[in-house]
Amino acid sequence: MKGMTVIVKKTTQLIAGIVFLYGIYIILHGHLTPGGGFAGGVIVAGSFILLILAYGSDFLNLVKEERGSTTYENLAILVFLFLALTGMVAGVGIFFANWLPHGTPGELVSAGFLPLYNIFVGIEVAASILTIFLALIIFKEEVLK
Amino acid sequence: MMNPLIPLFVAVPLAGAFLTMILGRFITAIPRYMALAVLLFLAFISFWSLVVGGDGSSVYTLGGWEPVDGVPIGLYLVHDGFSALLLCLISLVGLLSVTYSVSYMARYTSENYFYSLFCLMIAGMNGVVLSGDIFNIYVFLEISAISSYALVAFGVEKNELEATLKYQILGVVASFMILFAIGFIYWSAKTLNIADIRTVFSAGHDNRYYLLIQLLLLTGFGLKAAMIPFHAWLPDAHSSAPSPISAMLSGVLIKAVGIYVIIRLFFNMFEVTEGMSIVITTLGALSMAVGVFLAIGQWDIKRLLAYHSISQMGYVVMSVGIGMILMARGIRSEVAALAITGGIFHMLNHAAFKGLLFLNAGAIEYSVGTRDLREMGGLAKGMPVTSATSLVASLSISGIPPFNGFFSKLIIIVAAVMGRFYFLALLAVIVSIITLASFMKFQRYAFYNIDPGKIRNDIKEVPAPMLLSMITLAVVCLLLSLLALPGLRETVLSPATDILMDQLKYSSQITGM
Repeated sequence: MKGMTVIVKKTTQLIAGIVFLYGIYIILHGHLTPGGGFAGGVIVAGSFILLILAYGSDFLNLVKEERGSTTYENLAILVFLFLALTGMVAGVGIFFANWLPHGTPGELVSAGFLPLYNIFVGIEVAASILTIFLALIIFKEEVLK
Repeated sequence: MMNPLIPLFVAVPLAGAFLTMILGRFITAIPRYMALAVLLFLAFISFWSLVVGGDGSSVYTLGGWEPVDGVPIGLYLVHDGFSALLLCLISLVGLLSVTYSVSYMARYTSENYFYSLFCLMIAGMNGVVLSGDIFNIYVFLEISAISSYALVAFGVEKNELEATLKYQILGVVASFMILFAIGFIYWSAKTLNIADIRTVFSAGHDNRYYLLIQLLLLTGFGLKAAMIPFHAWLPDAHSSAPSPISAMLSGVLIKAVGIYVIIRLFFNMFEVTEGMSIVITTLGALSMAVGVFLAIGQWDIKRLLAYHSISQMGYVVMSVGIGMILMARGIRSEVAALAITGGIFHMLNHAAFKGLLFLNAGAIEYSVGTRDLREMGGLAKGMPVTSATSLVASLSISGIPPFNGFFSKLIIIVAAVMGRFYFLALLAVIVSIITLASFMKFQRYAFYNIDPGKIRNDIKEVPAPMLLSMITLAVVCLLLSLLALPGLRETVLSPATDILMDQLKYSSQITGM
């Protein structure tokens, strides 16, 4: 896949970082404001996809990238499960128990496990959407060959 | 008392699926042993829960969110007599299919994807069976459905891709209808918990929406269960998948995400009404009769078996429907209990013999390289174990004593006669005879018919892991007939019937009122 014109490339360069940070913001504030892991993860994946669309995929080793994002996706979901399972071992002994201190409502570090869940859901969603996108490009390039 | 093992039914196969994907990249032997370990663990805890749980139910509140004023908040996993049976079924057939796959799947590439998707499908089915929350049923249903779409296409050839496309399109239509119905339920009842929906609806509801919800759910899950007007995807999908997957799809998946949910919702979520139970009985009788007529002309073994799945599921649905009609009329509740018990019993039996038949078909395909009955013949000599086990399964499905199929069909027919549904009883007998004819054809053409022109001496028996699964399932087919004995029937099948018959038990154990 070829890249686009210089104007598009430059604009994307300016925007992608902001989009990425905005995604991180949505993920981290998931327990305070609307949004959360899923919405933020989609935005984070969006910033990568924007860059790939603008610059083209010729300079990327697609298979390697796809393998990396799949690994992140699998790891994130395993960590998520692990966090949920810690509830069975520690404290009250219930799956998904929120046994960390809850803190003051409204502060960034509060609500026990919820921010952690949001972060790993964010990684999971970002990685899987990127994986799907990369898989589609790989498929297209194979067809063109 | 909460059974602490309940969330592990979903968590362990999920963890297994994703660990397989990571570790399988470095060590090629890991995926199959990981899947075997996961299924062994699940089989162990499911039977342990069945034995220890007894007739009591166990409600697990995720995150420890207790009900407030009898209104359940949060997510619930419900392990009662009915779901315990289904869990045992899923893990047993799953374990034997994985054992079988160790040899069978060695011919395919990317084994780690296969075992990972297999574990995901198991996680989804366990989730559907355990969930006490209609939206979570939908979520887990999609997990198992999406992994089964991928597994059906695992061969990646023209037939497989065509079958999976058909399966996906109809599956998505079904999921859409289910989601639409869930939306209507949430809009009119303001809750998604099955027990709570029951309480809200029994306090008063608008009949038009109620009927729409019921019909949408029946159509959606009827599509998943391949009842007769909605069956178009099943013969293609079940015959194109790799054989261990066909055994899972036909043996377990259509029950766990189709029949189980229909029974659960129409007994425990909606009040049993006469109109709806007549619709369900008609669908069941129709599937039973039409399925077998479609099956008898087939020459492809796996298509023949797939059509028989439709027909046998028809028995289950018809029998449960007879129970529902009697319950709705409020008469002869012991006959209703007998009919429901017969349906559930036949569901268990079908998982055993249809799983075994698909594994046999896979073994034939593995050794002979064809699925067409006309190109086989005289295989009994080269493949004695496959021949013997498939004879057991064929006799079971046709209802010949002392195999399990006989006892469940007997209970169903006796219940139909006692409930004065003479026509349905006659239909069940006729369908059973045609089933016998169709399996005599299978046995004759595959194993005994020796055509001197094309005798093949190169046919060898399949490897040991495949034999092990087939022999175990054949033994299970025999052992399941013991469930018809009075002592065992009360401890294993009656808790499942009770939870369906007792209209208030299911919701009261969740709301705690």
